[in-house]
Amino acid sequence: MSNQARFNDQRGLLLRAVRPYGEAAVDVRILDGTIAEIGADLAPADDETVIDGGGAVLLPGLVDLHVHLREPGREDAETVRTGSEAAALGGFTAVFAMPNTDPTADTAGVVEQVFRLGEQTGLVDVHPIGAVTVGRAGLQLAELGAMADSVARVRVFSDDGACVSDPALMRRALEYVKAFDGVIAQHAEEPRLTVGAQLNEGVVSARLGLTGWPAAAEEAIIARDTLLAAHVDSRLHVCHVSTAGSVDIIRAAKAKGWQVSAEVTPHHLLLTDDLAEDYDPVFKVNPPLRTASDIAALRAGLADGTIDCVATDHAPHSSEDKESEWGSASPGMLGLQTALSVVIETMVETGALDWRGVADRMSAAPARIGRLADQGRPIAIGSPANLVLVDDTAHWTVDRAALASKSRNTPYEGRTLPGRVVATFLRGTATVLDGKLVAGQVAGASR
Amino acid sequence: MSVSIGRHLLSSQDLNNETAVALLDTAARLDAAMTGREVKKLPTLRGRTVVNLFYEDSTRTRTSFELAAKRLSADVVNFSAKGSSVSKGESLKDTALTLQAMGSDAVVIRHHLSGAPRRLATWIEGSVINAGDGTHEHPTQALLDAFTMRRRLRDGEGDLKGLRVVVVGDVLHSRVARSNVRLLRTLGAEVVLVAPPTLLPVGVAEWPCEVSYDLDSALPGADVVMMLRVQRERMTASYFPSAREYSRRYGLDAARLAKCEEHTLVMHPGPMNRGMEISAEVADDPRRSVITEQVTNGVSVRMAVLYMLLSGEGVANE
Ligand SMILES: [Zn+2]
Repeated sequence: MSNQARFNDQRGLLLRAVRPYGEAAVDVRILDGTIAEIGADLAPADDETVIDGGGAVLLPGLVDLHVHLREPGREDAETVRTGSEAAALGGFTAVFAMPNTDPTADTAGVVEQVFRLGEQTGLVDVHPIGAVTVGRAGLQLAELGAMADSVARVRVFSDDGACVSDPALMRRALEYVKAFDGVIAQHAEEPRLTVGAQLNEGVVSARLGLTGWPAAAEEAIIARDTLLAAHVDSRLHVCHVSTAGSVDIIRAAKAKGWQVSAEVTPHHLLLTDDLAEDYDPVFKVNPPLRTASDIAALRAGLADGTIDCVATDHAPHSSEDKESEWGSASPGMLGLQTALSVVIETMVETGALDWRGVADRMSAAPARIGRLADQGRPIAIGSPANLVLVDDTAHWTVDRAALASKSRNTPYEGRTLPGRVVATFLRGTATVLDGKLVAGQVAGASR
Repeated sequence: MSVSIGRHLLSSQDLNNETAVALLDTAARLDAAMTGREVKKLPTLRGRTVVNLFYEDSTRTRTSFELAAKRLSADVVNFSAKGSSVSKGESLKDTALTLQAMGSDAVVIRHHLSGAPRRLATWIEGSVINAGDGTHEHPTQALLDAFTMRRRLRDGEGDLKGLRVVVVGDVLHSRVARSNVRLLRTLGAEVVLVAPPTLLPVGVAEWPCEVSYDLDSALPGADVVMMLRVQRERMTASYFPSAREYSRRYGLDAARLAKCEEHTLVMHPGPMNRGMEISAEVADDPRRSVITEQVTNGVSVRMAVLYMLLSGEGVANE
């Protein structure tokens, strides 16, 4: 495969004293981008690079179904390269890039451009998401088949940022993508219920005088879409679930055996709407931050599998789009470099998920939803060596100036979070070592 | 003992009972100092610069602040959204840095977006006074309302303990309502909000006040009835079916006013929609309506705010 042509270090790699899924420490040998051997006290071969894991947790490389890389169009906020760097540092080996670029990723040409930029950067696999409708305008289907057949092999389609609110169009989209096993990832927001909306509609929005974004605007679309997906027997994926009511609806749909999957963002697992108190738009996001009871329901839903996966909705914004009044700021938060730490804090430290659970929700499940064959695979002999090594005993304090992203809009500035990504491997090649990007090795490779 | 209200006035919540009463006392003293003067000017803020930064047209509020500042001998710069770089898309932050460089001591800001004054306060060193932000707050309006109530119903002294104030109208979109609920509670008054359910925010149950959908049952026992402006355009977004129905259910006319006590005052923050939320007869009722008095008191209250924020020494608490 193409990436292996770039594999510049054909010597083997031996990871010593690593704990797959946080379990017993073993050594893991990687050869030709594949896990070749797992066992205690493996003897290093000649020329083999040895990395001492020091008892760190080994997980399958993380997969993010929902990022905004801003290229083409807003390279001042993020590029495929800077976004890939943030992803690798966050422990990711694959990301799905949302199509709200300029031009919109609604044709084979644009998705191929993004795909190639990802390949050239080579730090993570970049899988473009295709727009459902032309220009994400919600009026006419984009050429979904052409994007599916392109070299980018698009399987996930979304108008993210905008909801496919026309029920007839949504039904057709769900039906049409069955031909190539695609999935519609819906940004669930009934637009008539969120005109001018700024913040979760509730006690805080009432106090701050900010137009409310009612939970029902999300839940109404999810309820409708699950019914449509059931009716045409197609796959629906719900982006960034944010309310307790949404979790209930998705749980009921799954109980009926419908093909519904869902994601939750790290920020919706941790942050509440009262952070808007000072009107700092770094906390403005769509869907908005909700309440503590929503957070409890989201965590429970992620723990019991009602919500299949964590996705960051990494949304870089330039300072002029964030250093403004709340009402005129763009919604969105950085997420790639903090995602795993937030999941550790909210799910692992609370006992809601063990490390196998984390591996499922942040790697296996999103890879399955996005139909990636070589990502999210178990740590086992023969699996592609897409791996992340996590020091679960470390803590770090978020410093926005030190993040790889071109933008600075992290809501976690100054927070101390648990768990540090020590190393990331993409098909056996280290993209991150000692918590730092591996300079030149992959990123600079020409092909 | 000296009472300080802090560096900014962004919300009624910035005031506690002691500071709010001190502010009203200061307004009363400044008002008394002005009466009978030939030249309506005190030297207190000579050499200080007050900027009026208005992103929304409001001749009434801007003029009131301008008069207040000038009567304290401050220099006043009017920086309105029209005809300045503000309208050419300059960000609030850049404008703030410009004002900072100009050495302004206080910025009085009116903005169509909630929270803009609080953001501005993070970017400049001088004082920020909220002159109305979006659907959030308008604290000097609440202060002048409280001043007017105190003068009429409490002999101009102390707080408003025991007063029953009925606030009627578009609470959802009203910064005046938010500021008044907070300040009136701080001053010990009871507040009743009356509106159709569509014009009350989700979450209003948490506010420190009563809520009613029925004006007629709320009026008996009210010491003050405060009518809020209701924009006719709200009916196109289905907040209510028609101006006529709104007026019938929630408008204040002479027949309704007759259900009130002898001493009940009628207030309105202006500008009024006569025939909509208030009938002309009630608005002009010389015995009950204190609407023009509110305007007059606005200048004294704003002088007091500028004085307490800028004179640097707080106010002697008597
Ligand atoms: Zn979205």
